[in-house]
Amino acid sequence: MRLPLLALLAKEPAHGYELKQALEQTFGGAYPSPNIGQIYVTLGRLEKDGYVRVVDVEQSNRPNKKVYFLTAAGREALEEWVDEPTEGPRVRDEFFMKLVLAPLTGIADRMALINRQRRHYLSLMRDLTELAERTDPGDRVALLLIEGATLHLQADLDWLERCQEDLVT
Amino acid sequence: MTVLTTHNLVRIYQNGGVPVPAVRGVDFTVEAGEFVAIMGPSGSGKSTLVHMLGGLDVRTSGEIWLDGKRVDTLSESAWAVLRRRKIGFVFQFYNLVTNMSVADNVELPALLAGMSPRESRERREYLLAELGLTERAYAAPAELSGGEQQRVALARALANGPRLLLADEPTGNLDSRNTRDVLRLLGEVHGQGQTIVVVTHDAKVASKADRVVTLSDGMIVDDASMRRRRRPPGSAGDVVELRG
Ligand SMILES: Nc1ncnc2c1ncn2[C@@H]1O[C@H](COP(=O)(O)OP(=O)(O)OP(=O)(O)O)[C@@H](O)[C@H]1O
Ligand SMILES: [Mg+2]
Repeated sequence: MRLPLLALLAKEPAHGYELKQALEQTFGGAYPSPNIGQIYVTLGRLEKDGYVRVVDVEQSNRPNKKVYFLTAAGREALEEWVDEPTEGPRVRDEFFMKLVLAPLTGIADRMALINRQRRHYLSLMRDLTELAERTDPGDRVALLLIEGATLHLQADLDWLERCQEDLVT
Repeated sequence: MTVLTTHNLVRIYQNGGVPVPAVRGVDFTVEAGEFVAIMGPSGSGKSTLVHMLGGLDVRTSGEIWLDGKRVDTLSESAWAVLRRRKIGFVFQFYNLVTNMSVADNVELPALLAGMSPRESRERREYLLAELGLTERAYAAPAELSGGEQQRVALARALANGPRLLLADEPTGNLDSRNTRDVLRLLGEVHGQGQTIVVVTHDAKVASKADRVVTLSDGMIVDDASMRRRRRPPGSAGDVVELRG
């Protein structure tokens, strides 16, 4: 949850509860909503790491409000996260977050993210194709494993195409 | 050397008086010996683009240059001559000559391009063998499965040793083994210097290409050179690693 919070703060400074609401609004039912305690714990860690800072904002007839904002280091961490292709079976989760949040941050547009991810998948596919060619045709188990990975990748690419159709206008 | 260039290529269909822009300003260049894959969602204009490149559809505006000559202004008959000599085309829906045998379907384009009967036969035998179709040489297209027809269509398109191979979903109907045969043949002719432009949804096909061009809504949104990764993976056990 660290990076999504940084992404939301890249848009504008906010306090904990606003962040919780923004997360819920952005992901809707697509993402389990974190409780406010988790958000404050995460913000505390981000502060310790120097990625966010907090200021007390005075309010007229209520206690002071803690408003968090992104530091230069935080922005760098966020940019790094957005810029690197995403690995692994959690690809969809993390990539989807990048994709949904991208327009908020203004760091990258969705088409650019999709293009980068497609290139990454295609180069993985090239590795798999070469691996299949180098594998002993008698090694059925190995070939099946490669085929499985290939089909997963194809599915990821098809899904990327759907994202392109629906989210990029 | 450049085989193919388009400048601001546009195709707008009329659908009951409503203009449907299928291709909207494509600038596209293919160098000799290059293998380019075209990807993109259904309806993004892939078939429309390659049909125009093969002279099978007429552009609304823009230019197409083939081998240094402007071709979008050619007459239909001039295109027919050009296709016979220079272009091999694999359609999304095969287009085999139904009353000719598989062998004749493949040999005919070679003969029309001016190859001798003997060269044509040898070329046909080579291509059908590569695609595992030797046994089906004297069958009629109607006696073949969809996948077999698709492979015959590829053999036919390659028969005249075309300057440019245009293929629209050449593995669309194939299972993984037949796809592998098609990929091996494409890799082989590419190795011999064949210039290839192939429309595909199949990432295995795209991963063989030197370049992957992505269309969206009739426009090129990505043109990726598929440079080799630093370190190829070692064994099948690494596949899991590869997927993270
Ligand atoms: N002859 C036609 N008349 C009218 N509209 C057409 C014609 N051919 C294609 N179109 C439209 O042009 C657009 C692009 O079609 P095209 O066949 O080029 O897509 P494609 O990328 O090849 O799709 P697929 O992946 O499904 O084959 C679509 O909106 C399609 O409906
Ligand atoms: Mg098509």
